[in-house]
Amino acid sequence: MAAARFKPGEKVRVRKAFPLGHVRTPYYIRGHTGEVERVCGAFANPEELAQMRDGLPPQPLYRVRFLQREVWPDYRGNPADVVEVEIFQHWLEPA
Amino acid sequence: MNDKGKYQPLSYFQLMEVSLRELLVEKGILSEEEIAQEVEAMRNRGYERGSRVVAHAWRDPAFKGRLLQNATQACEELGLEIPGLKLLVVENTRDVHNAIVCTLCSCYPRLLLGIPPDWYKSRNYRSRMVREPREVLAEFGLVISEKTQIRIHDSSADMRYLVLPMRPAGTESWSEDRLAELVNRDCLLGVAVPKGPKD
Repeated sequence: MAAARFKPGEKVRVRKAFPLGHVRTPYYIRGHTGEVERVCGAFANPEELAQMRDGLPPQPLYRVRFLQREVWPDYRGNPADVVEVEIFQHWLEPA
Repeated sequence: MNDKGKYQPLSYFQLMEVSLRELLVEKGILSEEEIAQEVEAMRNRGYERGSRVVAHAWRDPAFKGRLLQNATQACEELGLEIPGLKLLVVENTRDVHNAIVCTLCSCYPRLLLGIPPDWYKSRNYRSRMVREPREVLAEFGLVISEKTQIRIHDSSADMRYLVLPMRPAGTESWSEDRLAELVNRDCLLGVAVPKGPKD
């Protein structure tokens, strides 16, 4: 498996990319910066699985915590409200 | 299904399902009976297993600790086999309220909660729950204090989630079975909270 590049607490940015195919990175979170909440382990890459390939080596999967007011500038509610999203390592870059 | 009493041809995926099922039977890999039994088991599975996990955690702090650390293993302790399910349990406290959504499709911990309700799969819930969760929760009748932090968990890849709600006041002496009755499906998803005798 690919080694985990990020640690819990580290700031990361989701790549703002729009490749074709089956991608498990939601559109709304692309380009946003958050903090690694935990490393979930490594899983077969779903983008490869969708092409009938084996998805190996497994890719590290993270839970990344984003402040709602950072994701949605007009967000109403507690400024500490967050959304946590599972994102594969190849979608993340240091922020 | 858009069934208006008219004959509807099979869709692509329905046809694929029938073909695969017939092939599995023809090649002796599964029997018709085994398939029917599994379909029946899936249909009958409710959220009771999820409620039991919560009630057990309320009464046993050490188990709760293990549940928050490694939920899949902790469930196995209770004899709940959830093979392949990467489960995360998130805990509600006075300061934090958690809720679950899958914005991309409708990922759901079926092995613990059964078949998801239609609203969980609706575009309305899936798109608005990450955008304006307080408004959506209010529509479920759950008003979360402005002082409480809301954490929305988007089940976007391989993990599945269960909310561990707060134990209602006035239930200190209750048995596990009685506690489990307070925990319905919506509480396990975070769109409701259990009501105790004092609520």
